[in-house]
Order: sequence, then C-alpha cells, then structure tokens
Amino acid sequence: MLQEKLQDVFNEPGCSTNQAKSEKERKKGCSKALKPGAAAGGCAYDGAMIALQPIADAAHLVHGPIACLGNSWDNRGTKSSGSQLYRTGFTTDMSELDIIHGGEKKLYRAIKEIVQQYDPPAVFVYQTCVPAMIGDDIEAVCKFAAKKLGKPVIPVMAPGFVGSKNLGNKLAGETLLDHVIGTVEPEVTTPTDICIIGEYNLAGELWLVKPLLDEIGIRILSCISGDGRYNEVAQAHRARLTMVVCSQALVNVGRKMQERWGIPYFEGSFYGVSDMSDTLRTMARMLVERGADKAIIDRTEGVIAREESRVWRRLEPYKPRFDGKRVLLFTGGVKSWSMVTALEGAGLTIVGTSTKKSTKEDKERIKKMKGEEFHQWDDLKPRDIYKMLRDSEADIMMSGGRSQFIALKAKVPWLDLNQERHTPYAGYDGIVNLCEEIDKTLSNPIWRQVRLAAPWDSKPDVKPVGA
Amino acid sequence: MGNIQRFPHSAKAASTNPLKMSQPLGAALAFLGVDRCMPLFHGSQGCTAFGLVLLVRHFREAIPLQTTAMDQVSTILGGYENLEQAVRTIHERNAPALIGVATTGVTETKGEDMAGQYSLFRQRNPALSGLKLVFANTPDFSGGFEDGFSAAVTGIVEEVVQPSETTVKGQINVLAGCHLSPGDVEELRDIIESFGLSPIFLPDLSLSMSGRQPDDFTATSLGGVTVEQIAAMGASEATLVIGEHMRVAAAALELKTDVRSLFFDRLTGLEASDRLVRTLSELSGRPVPAKLRRQRETLVDGMLDGHFFYSRKRIAVALEPDLLYAVTSFLADMGAEVIAAVSPTQTAVLEKLKAATVMVGDHSDVETLARDADLIVSNSHGRQGAARIGVPLHRMGLPMFDRLGAGLKVQVGYRGTRELLFEIGNLFLSREMDHDSHGHAHGDGHEHGQHCGSGSCGCSAG
Repeated sequence: MLQEKLQDVFNEPGCSTNQAKSEKERKKGCSKALKPGAAAGGCAYDGAMIALQPIADAAHLVHGPIACLGNSWDNRGTKSSGSQLYRTGFTTDMSELDIIHGGEKKLYRAIKEIVQQYDPPAVFVYQTCVPAMIGDDIEAVCKFAAKKLGKPVIPVMAPGFVGSKNLGNKLAGETLLDHVIGTVEPEVTTPTDICIIGEYNLAGELWLVKPLLDEIGIRILSCISGDGRYNEVAQAHRARLTMVVCSQALVNVGRKMQERWGIPYFEGSFYGVSDMSDTLRTMARMLVERGADKAIIDRTEGVIAREESRVWRRLEPYKPRFDGKRVLLFTGGVKSWSMVTALEGAGLTIVGTSTKKSTKEDKERIKKMKGEEFHQWDDLKPRDIYKMLRDSEADIMMSGGRSQFIALKAKVPWLDLNQERHTPYAGYDGIVNLCEEIDKTLSNPIWRQVRLAAPWDSKPDVKPVGA
Repeated sequence: MGNIQRFPHSAKAASTNPLKMSQPLGAALAFLGVDRCMPLFHGSQGCTAFGLVLLVRHFREAIPLQTTAMDQVSTILGGYENLEQAVRTIHERNAPALIGVATTGVTETKGEDMAGQYSLFRQRNPALSGLKLVFANTPDFSGGFEDGFSAAVTGIVEEVVQPSETTVKGQINVLAGCHLSPGDVEELRDIIESFGLSPIFLPDLSLSMSGRQPDDFTATSLGGVTVEQIAAMGASEATLVIGEHMRVAAAALELKTDVRSLFFDRLTGLEASDRLVRTLSELSGRPVPAKLRRQRETLVDGMLDGHFFYSRKRIAVALEPDLLYAVTSFLADMGAEVIAAVSPTQTAVLEKLKAATVMVGDHSDVETLARDADLIVSNSHGRQGAARIGVPLHRMGLPMFDRLGAGLKVQVGYRGTRELLFEIGNLFLSREMDHDSHGHAHGDGHEHGQHCGSGSCGCSAG
C-alpha cells in the first residue's frame, strides 16, 4: 500500500523536477540516497507533520516512541487566529511492552481520550518507524475509532524511514486527498473561492496577504494548511481555483484536485514584489476565466498599482544604506529566488546562492538573470561557507537556522529565511519587513566590537594615560 | 509531609505535552562534553534532526550530530553497513577523537547486536584502531533523557578509562550528571580548583557548550574533556559522583580503576554545598578559601532575606529526575510546599522526593496539579500550560529555548544556590508587589516596607 503510494508520488507529472528527468531516472524516485555519516535534514514523518499540523483545530497524535514527538513538539512558528489545539503535543509514547504486545489498543485508547477530552473536529494519527516495523495497523485502528467515536480519524502513513521531509510533505498531501478533501460541503460558495496549498502561515505570513485578497474580493475557501480549520480543508474541492505555493512539496495535491474536481491550479509565490503581483494577476485572470465577475481584474490592478508604488517608496530609504552590501543566499528552495529581484531593487548585491534543491531549469534561469560569473554552488560544505564569510566575501548571509552558526561564528551578520523566523516576509509588506530586518542587523554596532582583538592579543593602539 | 500520593505510572494512553525526551538525546549531550567528539545516532535521519534542533534551540550553538540514515531496506536487513559507512565517513571528513554511537527506537526494535557490531567493525577496520568508538544502547521506547546520558557516560568509562598503578596527587574525577548545566560545571571547577585540586569532569560541557568562538570551522565538538584526560581518570585520588543517575558510571569507574567514589545527591542548597566544601577541604587538606567563606555568608543572608517570600508557597515542579530532586529539596529547605513533583520517567530518586504528589507524567499533568499553585518550575515546554492556568513559570532544565544563556545558569554551590534563591524569590516578590496597591498600609509592613523603601519597585518615586 505504502509502496504504491510512494511510486505514485515519485511519478508526479505535475512536478517540474520530475519532468526534467529521463524515464529511467524517474523510476528511481526523487529521494536521493542518504549518505550515512554525512546526512542532514528531517524524515518523512517530520515533513508530514509540517504539512498538516497547521490545521489548528484538529488534534495531532503521534503513534510512536517518545523521540518522535517528545524531542520535537512546540518548535514551529506557524500561527493560528483561533483554536490553539494544534500546539498541544499528543503521543502514545510507546514503551517496551507496547512494542512486544503491539500498540494498537493503546493507540485506540489514546484517540478515545483525546476525543472525549478535547472534542476536536478530527484527529490526525501519524505513523512512525517503530510501529510500522512491528506491524501496527494504524489504518484499521483509525477506521475503527472513526466509526466508534463518530469523528474523522485520519491515518498519516509517513514513517520516518521511507524518506525525506519533502517526501513526507507529499505523503501528507496524499492523506488529505484520500481522507479529507471532499468530505464536507461548504454552506455557501462564491465564484471567487480559492484554495491555497503549501502556505503554512509561518510568523503569520498569510495575514499579510489575506487583506489584499479581501479587498479584491477573493475568498480563501481553504488554506492547506496555514491557519487552517479541518472543515475548511475538507471543503477545498469546492474552490474555483487552486494556488500551489511551495511547488515542489505539494504539487501532487493541486494536480489531483484538477483531475478529480476539474479545479485548475497554478504555481505562485507570495515572496517578492513582482512575484506577488504576478500571483494576484493570475488569480484574478483564472477566476474570471472560470466565470467570476470581470471587475475583480480591475480591482486587482488597482491594488497592485497602489501596493507596488507604496512598496518601492518604502524601500527607497534603504537604497543608500544597502549600496555595495553583498548578500550570500544559502537556501535550498526556489522560494528565496522570488525575493532576489526585490532585494536587488532595494540596492543589495547578491553574490551567490546554493542550488542544491533547484532544478536544471532553475539553474539556467538564474544564469540568464545573473550572468555566467554569478556563483552557484551545488554542494557547498559548511567549512567552505565559513571560509568565504571569514574572508569577507559577503556582508550578510541569509539562510535557514541550520547554518546560522556558520555565519555567527565567523562574526558575520545572518538572517533567518526559514521556518523558525519570527518576522513575516510574504506579500508587499513582507518585503519591507525583510529589508528592515537586513538593515537592523547590518547596522548593529556589535559587529565592530566582536571583531576586536582581545587585550592580550593586540598591541596597545592607545597612548598610555599621561603620555 | 506525612501522606505522599504516588503515581508511578501514567494512567493515560495519550501522553499530552510530553515532559519526557528520548534516551539518545541524553546520550548525545553526554558525548558533546568530550573534546573533538561526533555523536552519531544509529537510526532514521529524523531521529537526529529532531534532537539537533532541540539542542540548538537550547544552547544556541552549532551542534555536531550525525546519523546512520537508516531507510526501510537497511532497517529490515540490518544496519551494520550503514553504521560502518557512517563511522568511516565521519572519520574521513572530520577526524574526531571519539565517535559516540547511540542506538534509537528503530535499531533497537530490530534488535541490532551492538557488541557484535563493535567487534566486527574493529576486525574489518584495523586502520582505525586509534579512533575511540563508544556504543550506548539507548532505545527510544524505554527510559528517558537522563538514562541516555547515563548510558553514554558509562560507555565512555568502559571504553576509554585506563587503570593506573600510580596516583596523581590532587587529581579528582567528577562524574557530572545532566542536571548540571555548563554553567554549573564551570562553577564546580572554580570551587574545586580553589582548594588546589585539579578536576577532570566527565563529561565537561562547560568547555564545549558554553558559547565558543572558534578560530576555524570545526565539525566536531570543540572543547570538553579530552580522550587523554578521560584515560587518565584511573590515576585520580577520588571520584565525585553528582546525581543518582551517575551511579552506574561510578560503579563502572570504580570497578575498573579502584578510585573511590564519593556520592552527592545534590549540590543545590546550604547543607548540600556545605557537604561538598567539607569533602573538598578533607580531600585537599586545605582550609576553605576566603572566597567560599564569603559566599556562604551571603547565601545565609539571602536565605534570611528571602524566606518571607518562600514560606508555605505552593509550587509544582516538573523536571528530569535528579534535577527534580535537587530543586524540590531546595524549595523544601526554604519553607515552600512542593505540591507536585512530576518526573518524565520512573527512577529510584523519586522515592526521596519531598512533595505532596509525586507523579510520572507530562506537562498536562502539571497543568492539572498546579491550578492553585503559586509557581511552576519546569522547562520551556511548560509555558503553554502555565499561561493557560495563569501561574508564573520559572524555567529550569532543558529545553529552555525562550531564554538567552540557558546553558550558563548556575544553581550549584553557595553562589549558585543564592542565584536560584533570588531568581525564584523575585518572582514571588514582584507578584506580591503587583497585587498590592501602593500608598496604603501593606498587610505585612516589615518586609514590604523594607523593599519598597529601597526603591526596587518604583514606589519611592511617589
């Protein structure tokens, strides 16, 4: 079952990475073999949790030993405007005896306790490696529990050892398609209902975008899964249009929604000024194509014109401050690339980027944009980044939290672009936030001080008192 | 406290807001206290990623931690090849002095024979004979953080320590349990050295996890006790064993080296600190240095000033067992009432706790038990529950991701006890100040008058 699912997501025709591969390569699947002793990153369960946990009013129960949840709960900045139940960590905390006798009964009891005590609209049950090894049939337990307790209980079949975080994202998407989307009918629908896929409302980013959509008259029927509610996600099949945000991770959901319910989808981004405008335009155009009132196109253009002029005006003051400042972008995703134009518009120079997760087409595109001399590193080792920063080849590094200390130990400013950050960068206001953050850290007075030699290492450069 | 209610096992099937962390994570922390070490989890890569993130958030440091990256096939066929490849890769790339391998739920459920794999590895890789390799059995599905830490330290003792014919005068071993922060270890070193003794800490987190500024990039742990120092522990005069969970390692060390062990169940509190200082004075044959005498005096003074705010305060504490023991005992010393002591795992030290309710449980249990408490003492994960029931939270233990300098907190010895006393005392004090409206007579004129007069609450301005 799981194996079939894996082959299915590996063959995703909607995935551009996959399309670029030869037939033979595609069969191998998209999880690269991990090198023992030199691997980094989360597992499939981690990825599944990232994709589904933002569904805020559902209970998320992890079936496994303590490591899977005990070490990891309450560590993401995804925000909810209402229910906070998603922040409660539930686990069956499997013990030795559960492994000997099987964990199914305990799992059922756990589901029952949660339903009785918290009464959530649904319970997501996450499979992990150990119960998968001992053969706990969590799909059967979930089915039984759903029937007995009268609530959707959804098995998420993405035990860690099947692959990477990215694969886990995809498997979570499959779970929604199999068990959730299409199970609830909305009370009202409008011709401008959309579904956003792959937006997790980190640091409240969705809330920088939503007011603009409201103003234009576009309704977010469901968001998978940022600031999500179970019933909204279950109604996604009634959207008129789907936007897939983090293209690599959940494109399978967008494509299959098109297949099943005829909902067209497009890949868009909320990061960067031009990408944000493109996204709004595409949204409006595609909704009109599906029969929405033409007026939203004008309203969209109005909003874009106003916001763009506003954002460039707000970025203006940063230009002289950013003049000549060099940025090293170190993030896998293409996501950051949509920010590049905006950063350059604000006067920054991007000196290079990693392209570990980028496709061939992405790399070509970057080459076209930036010229041959622009650095693209496929596999830059931490030691090399450290050296580059130490040798002052960049003024600031922007990356995920994992490489934070490479920059800080080299005494070079660093900015978090990934999920642990506390500032929203999406939409027009987000770009201004980003520039403000860069400016704050670049102009902080500590950089001069921390680079000073210790008194015992330096020759005195001040004259002795009285001399 | 006559009647202690005990709940040695959780009755719930769903652990809610877990307090427990896994064994391998504890093992990783122990390994990080060894210089030029690379901890390696034998399991799926997610096991490592979660542990890594948790330690990074707590210490705000780069954390070396690797994985054997077990996938479905290797999990079923056996993980030896992954393990060998991982060790060889780490050796080639980072040349560590020690690789500390911790098993996980995945490899333990499969039942990997670690002793056998160790021999096989040595046999097949004679060229790597100089590399120290420590294996710790740390299944995720039994025990917890403290047990993993203990297993790793025991493993290091068994693999690295050498018996010695001779004794180095003044050399003292310290088996430092995981309830000691890097800051605590630093403080202990200070105290021990002030008697002219030279301590070897195993592990020594004060040198590796207290915020280093390396001259060059290092992929392994930077600082910590060196492998050579650990080997030389057999030549010490005595071993100070700090914490109940260090007893197994202490027994292994004594068995191997005949160095006598001196056990300390805690180092927080006046009497506990007195015991340490007396022992050190006896071991060194030196009088207690003036600095420590002054520190004791200020602690006694602090106890006198602070006891008003502690008396009969109702406090719930949820921490790893040995830290739980140290903190609840200290609070009882100060006249507070520990209404609930919640531990993530069942261990012997729970028998000694002074609390109305002693429970193996999670943060949701704390939330239930602490509804009418004056304070909760727990790690940062306690923040959600504490906020829901409106009880202030004093953060201790690990993880502490919403405070700076989490690793440098000091709570041992006279000075550390004093810091803890003031920190918690100030929480009570500020709450009483907040609740009293200024300008009319306080119910308890004496203590309030004294503190308000000092201007600490701002009322002297009016």
